[in-house]
Amino acid sequence: MMLPCPHCGDRDVSEFRYGGDASKQRPQHGTGDLQTWHDYFFLFENPKGPHTEYWQHVLGCRRWFKLARNTATNEIGEVVS
Amino acid sequence: MGRTPQEVRFSGPCRAAPKSDTNAPVSKHYSALALARHALDPDMPWPKAWESPEPKSSYDVVIVGGGGHGLATAYYLAKNHGITNVAVIEKSYIGSGNVGRNTTLIRSNYMIGGNTAFFEHSLKLWEGLSHDLNFNCMVSQRGQIVLAVNPVQMDVFARRGNIMRLNGIDAELLDAGEVRKLLPYLDWSKDARWPICGAIMQPRAGTVRHDAVAWGYARAASALGVHIIENCEVTGFVINDGKVSGVETSRGRINAGKVGIAVAGHTSHVAKMAGLKLPVESHILQAFVTEPIKPIVDNVISWGAELFYLSQSDKGGLVFGGHIDGFNTYTQRGQFNRIQTVAECAVSLMPFISRLRMLRHWGGIQDMTPDGSPFISRTPVRNLYLNGGWCYQGFKATPASGWTYSHTIAHDQEHELVRDFALDRFEKGRELDEFGLGNWTYKQ
Repeated sequence: MMLPCPHCGDRDVSEFRYGGDASKQRPQHGTGDLQTWHDYFFLFENPKGPHTEYWQHVLGCRRWFKLARNTATNEIGEVVS
Repeated sequence: MGRTPQEVRFSGPCRAAPKSDTNAPVSKHYSALALARHALDPDMPWPKAWESPEPKSSYDVVIVGGGGHGLATAYYLAKNHGITNVAVIEKSYIGSGNVGRNTTLIRSNYMIGGNTAFFEHSLKLWEGLSHDLNFNCMVSQRGQIVLAVNPVQMDVFARRGNIMRLNGIDAELLDAGEVRKLLPYLDWSKDARWPICGAIMQPRAGTVRHDAVAWGYARAASALGVHIIENCEVTGFVINDGKVSGVETSRGRINAGKVGIAVAGHTSHVAKMAGLKLPVESHILQAFVTEPIKPIVDNVISWGAELFYLSQSDKGGLVFGGHIDGFNTYTQRGQFNRIQTVAECAVSLMPFISRLRMLRHWGGIQDMTPDGSPFISRTPVRNLYLNGGWCYQGFKATPASGWTYSHTIAHDQEHELVRDFALDRFEKGRELDEFGLGNWTYKQ
């Protein structure tokens, strides 16, 4: 699988570190509700289909970016940001 | 209704029988005598191993997923709890899923409470399984040897071994000389990248023929009256007032008093149909087989780094594997960098492997949970139960999983061996973290 690093272009997946679901919204600092933190931390949408996720080009330019990928096919979509 | 060609082809270990149809006789008891009778009359087809009934409109219990865990659950529901009005709904054919995709290892070398008793119960059930099911599962207790490549690891193994023995699990600490006698083909040279200091061995660990486990449980459950419905996909749950009362399937609605999910790999996907969001991500784990060679590896060998492990199949191929690829996916296609890492592990431990060709490799999708431990539990939906999140350890757990899940379903109360496998353990701060092997490898 080749991933499109926004800085270096298409590179092999072995150069990247996966960073998880990018659609998750971290609760505000100071949010005291443990259920909210539990849900943010431990529960996963884990969709079979379109997924937006973080990757870091850890063995290259070390840039983090958001990528669209289909988890049912590994089809790579747009770099979101 | 006539059977489709696919149903006939995959109806069990007797699939060579060309005349098999819905009305064909079902085998009663397998024995040496029956084998001899068939040997003398090669034209006589083996009877079918299990029935293929039409689904009824209603069952006491419906199990979603006809893999090892689902079939074992159905079998123990009937055998241990007398609940025989049970259907196992499988979207494909029996043996088509992860039960036939794993690398067939069984062991119980666990250390922390919550795991030790459960996996030891599983190993004890494995030891008697072929007789219990009247089906040769080819249980081979060839022993598992976990190698240490530095003295600190030996200290850790000594601690693990002592805790295992206190829990009644067999464990032996081997020094380098003893390991060398057992495994002379490892890299014992002075400049070995990983100099072997010793090992911990569980002599009762080993391998099982995984297809036979699926077929054996299916046949034994069917003989007790369980309906095994193949080629029928669950597409939804019927839930009213927070209580499940049936499933929607590709062959219509089936009502059920209770419903158990056992679809590991796709647990999130199926649970979502019931409105549940789970602490589960789906990851791919690859496995590899070399070309067959003459018997050389008598045991299961594993090695902490990269979770590498290896055994030799009865066909002669070396079967081995390592870590998950590291990002969530439902595709069963592995990445090349993982193949390279695992191959490097193999060659650094056993240099002769560099001269073998890799015959096949494949990937299976497994549930990964944040603490690397499974769920056998009630759910927030009444009468809906969850069995999933098996991470790397689903196959070896099959008998105890079925044993305890059937109890959980029958009594609406978790079996005492799986109290620590609860779905709400993260809320309660009761993570069951044996190895630190959750789905967050990418964050470590």
